[in-house]
Amino acid sequence: MEQIIANGVYLGSQYAMIALGLTLIFALMNVLNFAHGQMYVIGGFVTYTFYGQWGVPFVLALVMSCVTLAILGALIEKFLFAPVIKGSAREESTMLLAAGIAFFLDAVILIVFGEKQRGVPKVVDGVFNWDFRIIMPYDRILICVLAILSIVAFIGLMQYTKTGRALRALAQDRTAAQLMGVNVDRYSMIGFALGAMLAGLVGGLLVTITGVNLGMGGPTSIKAFMMVMIGGAGVISGAIWGGIILGFMEAIGLALLYQYGDITYLLIFVSLMIFLAIRPQGLMGKPWG
Amino acid sequence: MLGFTSKQLFGVGIFLFMIFVGVPLIIGATGRWDFYFTLTSVALLAIASAGVWLTFYIGRINIGQGAFALIGAYVSAILVVKAGWSFWISLPAAGLFAAVVAILIGLPILRLRGVYFAMITLVLTQVVTLTALALPITNGAKGISNIPLPSGISVFGIPILPDFAAMENTRMAFYFTACIIMTMTYAALYRLVNSRLGHLCRSMQQNEELASSIGVNISYIRIVIFAISSFFGGLGGAMFGSIAQSVYPSSFQVADSVNFMLNCFLGGLGYVFGPMLGTLVLYFGWDLLFEFGKYQMLIYSTILIIIIRFLPNGLLSIRLGKGGDK
Repeated sequence: MEQIIANGVYLGSQYAMIALGLTLIFALMNVLNFAHGQMYVIGGFVTYTFYGQWGVPFVLALVMSCVTLAILGALIEKFLFAPVIKGSAREESTMLLAAGIAFFLDAVILIVFGEKQRGVPKVVDGVFNWDFRIIMPYDRILICVLAILSIVAFIGLMQYTKTGRALRALAQDRTAAQLMGVNVDRYSMIGFALGAMLAGLVGGLLVTITGVNLGMGGPTSIKAFMMVMIGGAGVISGAIWGGIILGFMEAIGLALLYQYGDITYLLIFVSLMIFLAIRPQGLMGKPWG
Repeated sequence: MLGFTSKQLFGVGIFLFMIFVGVPLIIGATGRWDFYFTLTSVALLAIASAGVWLTFYIGRINIGQGAFALIGAYVSAILVVKAGWSFWISLPAAGLFAAVVAILIGLPILRLRGVYFAMITLVLTQVVTLTALALPITNGAKGISNIPLPSGISVFGIPILPDFAAMENTRMAFYFTACIIMTMTYAALYRLVNSRLGHLCRSMQQNEELASSIGVNISYIRIVIFAISSFFGGLGGAMFGSIAQSVYPSSFQVADSVNFMLNCFLGGLGYVFGPMLGTLVLYFGWDLLFEFGKYQMLIYSTILIIIIRFLPNGLLSIRLGKGGDK
């Protein structure tokens, strides 16, 4: 039981971070970012290159992941999403763009990093063992703590800084924010960069445990969509809850049903559909967001 | 005739001539027999995309067509292999089964809108794939292989459809079959869009509350449309399974569902024939770029991004001038 809880916290904190970036981008621009999983994979590969290959300290490699993805996100927003949103008759056209970018990033990853599974040396060695009730390697604990710290830092940024206030205003009502003197174009770009950065950060964190490979992008995006749906699209706290809930469901399901293989995911998907049929806007979303 | 202008009739005539006479002649002249398979796939994917387009028409983003295509493929395969039905009867049966599933699932989920509907349909694709892995009748990850080719049909001794297994050139036969079904699908789609139901759909696309307040039965219409859409998906999927002679849980995945949606976007959501053009460009373009090896994906996605960047309303919006009417 304790082991399941520990696994749930660990998985949940990772998932919450992925979902946060996606929901931020959605809240600001009404864009369903299909390329989120690919951004996560790129983050993983950047950390792999710096930490695993060039021997740069782990924290510095993480920073490099964040910076790379933030720049990438800003460029994508400025030169692709912003003009397309302005020029299209129906808002959903951005989905085609997002999918195109997902394909593009996949292709870039394939050419630059190849299709092999890549791993990095452990950050810290050893396994935490509490009387065989909780067994957890130290690096997982470290990653989990780092993830929770990043989430706290992100919430702090959103709540107490000028940028955060502007972003929240933008998410609430774009026109009203513009009337109040918020530079909408600039903060859209910052918000997109921030969302992409979160994807890169969690990619960099997880590369130390799961490694990274080309095929991880798509499934990660789907999981992120699910978490966002559980919590409610475009709501920060909802994304965190969604991540934690999905993390616990997976931890419990895999512990109880491990001999049935993919049944866990089937049950999660089916219960999600039932849940959404009853409560379409998720736990904390606004209806028809 | 029926209010068509002569220009429209001319265009349709050219189109039919191209796919039924022009393409076989060109392929015969160039010797690229593999194009038959590519174009057959385009025709079948265009059928499924037509369904997705129809759900767009009532203002819903459908990323679940892969689910219904997979259901159709499995229903047809099971009916042919295990129940010994003729493929030609299993084909509409597959479509109808997909439509029934769509009604059952649609009742709760069609209440959702916008991205919520988009994401739940995305999850639906996963659910169907995982169900296919788990159920005994679908044979798990091994799938159903060695599906016999469609057999012939004769009424009172007069052959109506030839036996595919006895044919020398099944690729060409499949091509013609797929094109005929595709033409029928788009004719039906065109008829539907220009009917009373089509007008009601347009009113729903713009504002559901308003449509409902002037007496449109929106919950009934969206179920009907979703069922028709899934019927097309099941039809396309069943045909696909028959050509590949095998069905696996991975035959239609989330990526395929996304592609169906992209076909509609690329062709243009405002045009009935948009999804057909979108499918042709996306699938055929992908195939043509095969020679570039590992740069295939890079070139393909770059072109895709450039198209959407400069033509955000789809390829068919070119003739309307810049930007369209927002």
